[in-house]
Amino acid sequence: MKKIVLMGNPNVGKSVLFHRLTGVQVIASNYPGTTVGFTRGFLTFPRDTPTPDGALFGPGERVEIIDAPGIYSLEAASRADRVAVEILEGADLVISVVDATNLERNLCLTLQLLEREVPVLVALNLWDETRHLGIEITPEKLEEMLGVPVVPTVAVSGEGIRRLVERLQEARPGGHPAREREERWPEMGRIVSSCQFLHHHHHTFLQRLSDLSVMPWTGLPLAALVLLAAFWLVRFIGESLIGYVADPIFEGLYLPLLEPLSEWLGPGSLLHSILIGRLIDGEIDFLQSFGVLTTGLYVELAMVLPYIISFYLVLSFLEDFGYLPRLAVLLDGLMHRVGLHGYAIIPTLLGLGCNVPAVMATRILENRRERFIAATLISIGVPCAALQAMIFGLVGARGGQYVAAVYFTLFMVWLILGFLMNRLVKGYSPELIIEIPHYRLPPPGPFFKKLRSRIVAFLKEALPVVTLAVLAVNLLYALDIFNILAGFFAPVVTVLFGLPREAIVPILIGLLRKDVAVGMLGPLNLSAGQLVVATTVLAMFFPCIATFAILLKELGWRDMLKSTGIMFVVAILVGSLLNLLL
Amino acid sequence: MKKSTDLASMAPGERGRITGLISGPGLVRRLEEIGLRVGQRVSKISGMPLRGPVVVQVGGTRVALGHGMAKKVIVETG
Repeated sequence: MKKIVLMGNPNVGKSVLFHRLTGVQVIASNYPGTTVGFTRGFLTFPRDTPTPDGALFGPGERVEIIDAPGIYSLEAASRADRVAVEILEGADLVISVVDATNLERNLCLTLQLLEREVPVLVALNLWDETRHLGIEITPEKLEEMLGVPVVPTVAVSGEGIRRLVERLQEARPGGHPAREREERWPEMGRIVSSCQFLHHHHHTFLQRLSDLSVMPWTGLPLAALVLLAAFWLVRFIGESLIGYVADPIFEGLYLPLLEPLSEWLGPGSLLHSILIGRLIDGEIDFLQSFGVLTTGLYVELAMVLPYIISFYLVLSFLEDFGYLPRLAVLLDGLMHRVGLHGYAIIPTLLGLGCNVPAVMATRILENRRERFIAATLISIGVPCAALQAMIFGLVGARGGQYVAAVYFTLFMVWLILGFLMNRLVKGYSPELIIEIPHYRLPPPGPFFKKLRSRIVAFLKEALPVVTLAVLAVNLLYALDIFNILAGFFAPVVTVLFGLPREAIVPILIGLLRKDVAVGMLGPLNLSAGQLVVATTVLAMFFPCIATFAILLKELGWRDMLKSTGIMFVVAILVGSLLNLLL
Repeated sequence: MKKSTDLASMAPGERGRITGLISGPGLVRRLEEIGLRVGQRVSKISGMPLRGPVVVQVGGTRVALGHGMAKKVIVETG
């Protein structure tokens, strides 16, 4: 099967174009470096495809499309660059995706592609934005200068995609002579001046906002406002979904179905205790019964899912609007104190949703040291949305000050540990150098598709593990393994953390899923102080199994063990300290 | 009157033309790839306090770069 590779600078819309061509949903955002690996998909040429002489593809032919990470040059420097260059080796055709609003800089990579033997087609993407910016490009002229087909496209709306597929047939090698780096710059200037005309234009509102958000005296207050508003929105939407949608469904529709099932299974039978769990005062209690079908489903779907939806709604908007790189610039100073540069704020924010994609996103950072520090800090100090939803639900019920205590502790741990690692881990953190994208209002179609794919990913990952976790708990009790474990771990939990012996099980279950683990603290009748200790320890102690797997994959076993060791020690220290203070 | 300065020392709002990149080949390559090349016109948007990053406009893009890197981009203003 023939291979078509999408190549271009970071943040020019390759992933959206990939989605348009293949229908495969990939996460695309408005900041450089969203795509860190590569994704494959397939495109089938229409049966009625005209096939002129020398056509590259037959009617109905199926080809593989590859979405490569964004790079500036084929003279590979970073790891992501090398990945892209390797993908290029096996390509039968390259679509050079170009940001029309920044033609000159983008041409550098295109020219390098045209010096190779592979057939090339240029997609002049973000075509719609050139108008607001006063940029006028003549695609025919550009085509003549480059010697390969040039097709204007607007990937987010689908404009120009049909034409692009048709003209893939005409793609051909550029036949440009191999140039030295210094020879390319004047060539780029010559091409741009022949096909692009800049009109004078007044700054739009979004451009003015863009400048204000990176100036210190306006940017920092704006950032505080954005983060507060985001936090408030996540809570408001999450609580509304729970109160008006999830709870009524569970109490009104689902409970009446479970009650006959409970009666039929007979309380006390093994199957009953696994599926329904214990009855509290003869009733099913979604928070305390602890069966697969009761607490298991309730925690995931009624307590956590609403927060997953609201968190990703807000985060996706900030991502697609283009705010995050600006936040990176503003917070660069702070992040350097913890051994990272500002761009690490992006994986950190992703971590507030789920630590798994967050650890993967640390690939946008340049060196091993930074990735190690970022991944460790995320796993210890950044609670995922599922865990946070449970903290709000359970700890929040005792009073907002206790929730604040958990967050404050985690933030201090993040800060102090980062500061220490910056001192102790060998190496240095490189300086920030990023392109700041234009602000864009996210088009609703792709926006909601991305939201949906994130929610589906959550459900696919969470539901099986939750079922497993609840099953494991019930078996632990049924087979009396609990007492053996309790004897073993009791000193740490009771003496150091000041928690009852029963808290051992939730802490162990935290290895599987932290939201279920916090849910298990509910029936233990802990004091508010004990609850703060237990949830904080759970948040820091070992990553959940999914994060554990991704840490191993991204860091290698040696660094993963180091990272886990740090978590273990810090969790015990902080848990004991909190126990003394509260 | 023309004067020689660098991206870190320029005042926000000031414009100029890049005349030199004083650095090793690795950083020079990265600066050039992102659009900061000798001969390009730049205008400074802002600089964060405490030697924080500098934001400049070059061609159609805005680029943020660390204070140390910005020092290495020599600019002629006026």
